Amino acid sequence: MTAMWDRAREIVSSLMLSELLKGLGLTGRFLFARKITVFFPEEKTPQSARFRGLHALRRYPNGEERCIACKLCEAVCPALAITIESEERRDGTRRTTRYDIDLTKCIFCGFCEESCPVDSIVETRVLEYHGEARGDLYYTKPVLLAIGDRYEAQIAADRAEDARFR
Amino acid sequence: MTEMIGTVQGAIQGWFGPEYGPYAWMFAKSLAGIVAVLVPLLLTVLYYQLVERWVIGWIQVRKGPNRVGWKGVLQPIADAIKLLMKERIVPAGASKGLFTLAPIISVAPALAVWAVVPFAPGWVVANVDAGLLVVLAMTSMGVYGIIIAGWASNSKYAFLGAMRSAAQVVAYEIAMGFALVGVLMAGQSLNLTQIVVRQDGNWGFLEWFWLPLFPFFLVYLIAGLAETNRAPFDVAEGESELVAGFHVEYSGMTFAVFFLAEYANMILVSSLASLLFLGGWLSPLNFAFLRDVPVLGLLAAPGIHWLAAKIAFFMFMFLWVRASFPRYRYDQIMRLGWKVFIPVTLVWIVVTGVMMLEPLASTPPFSIWFGK
Repeated sequence: MTAMWDRAREIVSSLMLSELLKGLGLTGRFLFARKITVFFPEEKTPQSARFRGLHALRRYPNGEERCIACKLCEAVCPALAITIESEERRDGTRRTTRYDIDLTKCIFCGFCEESCPVDSIVETRVLEYHGEARGDLYYTKPVLLAIGDRYEAQIAADRAEDARFR
Repeated sequence: MTEMIGTVQGAIQGWFGPEYGPYAWMFAKSLAGIVAVLVPLLLTVLYYQLVERWVIGWIQVRKGPNRVGWKGVLQPIADAIKLLMKERIVPAGASKGLFTLAPIISVAPALAVWAVVPFAPGWVVANVDAGLLVVLAMTSMGVYGIIIAGWASNSKYAFLGAMRSAAQVVAYEIAMGFALVGVLMAGQSLNLTQIVVRQDGNWGFLEWFWLPLFPFFLVYLIAGLAETNRAPFDVAEGESELVAGFHVEYSGMTFAVFFLAEYANMILVSSLASLLFLGGWLSPLNFAFLRDVPVLGLLAAPGIHWLAAKIAFFMFMFLWVRASFPRYRYDQIMRLGWKVFIPVTLVWIVVTGVMMLEPLASTPPFSIWFGK
């Protein structure tokens, strides 16, 4: 008997479109909700200090490049995007002669940054960059060092902010 | 106004002489009527498309298009220019003649129906006695455009979309036809103007047919969604499984023509729902006691603005429904059409008949609609 009543109630409510009206009510409320669209070039969403964007090679304050060619980043890179060649410099230290990152391969996982013992390779907050020809996104050592020089202040600030969690 | 028309009539008849004059005047009059209906219609289609993107955007907590012109009001113009400039591609395996013909077949009836749609007493291009039949005949023609487009494209997606659309339109046309049978029983006429006039009376919106024919009203609206292949009945397009359904292979202006037909049909379903169930140009406040009150009496006066408001309401409902509901599964569409709508409409035709029988027809609640 109750089953019959339930069935009858179900039929009546489906004939009255009650569920459909409930759905329309929900979307109707959102019609007047505050819109959350961000107009990208003019407005930007907030970024974390840990944002993983374009790569950079850093220097010490005295101008010496940090990288010691340990090749940990090359080893850890899951996308095989990093290529390093190294040799002994005249002062007896080991330095890279070649440090390339193929950004078309890179998956921006941040492992290179994590693995680096001297904080040399880092990922900056820069996300708006592009290449117009094949090979434009193949970044070489001078390019990466130049990026590091350009954004050093921001990189250092982000590192300092994140230092207490490391 | 009448004077001006008289002058034009005199000039045209004078120019063509007594023998051809009357025909020339008739031709000129119909042409003027067609222009007066189609130009606002096409502008509405243009901006309906923009409003659709706005409304769906707002419901999804976005802002919608707002870059072209002030708040995006020039967006449809930009879209139209883009479509006009694009190349018209005919696939190598397509049946060339039919491929070109399909958009024309689909848009011609969508525009031709407007000939019998009245906007105010006497404001109709062709005051046909069997206007409702013309509407049914013309809207049925629309499906040929879809089927031919699907077949002539020589593409499996287009073909599947066309087959789905054909089955769906056939199923819902029957329910829609039955719903209109109810309207013609209550309206005692097939002429759309007469049907609206029958809804006039002393009780304002209570006089309209949506109340006694409420199941027909719902069935007509939902079948209208299905007939125009709009969400949630858009399996003919089904972009998630059929790319774009019957118009996958169409580009540029040929695609735009399909688009135009779809939107013209949506506006048509909205206007017919307003005319048949919501009293067309009659005021919802058309109560006998209100008509003689000085200022409020104006609210009781009929006018094209009431029709426009009702059409706009239904057009908004189309968008609201599209933004709210997911696409129906195919078997659910068939079940709803054949096993729900057709029985419901058949039962309510009998109920309408009983309400119109004499002892009931002149007792109070029913005499409002059937006692005239």
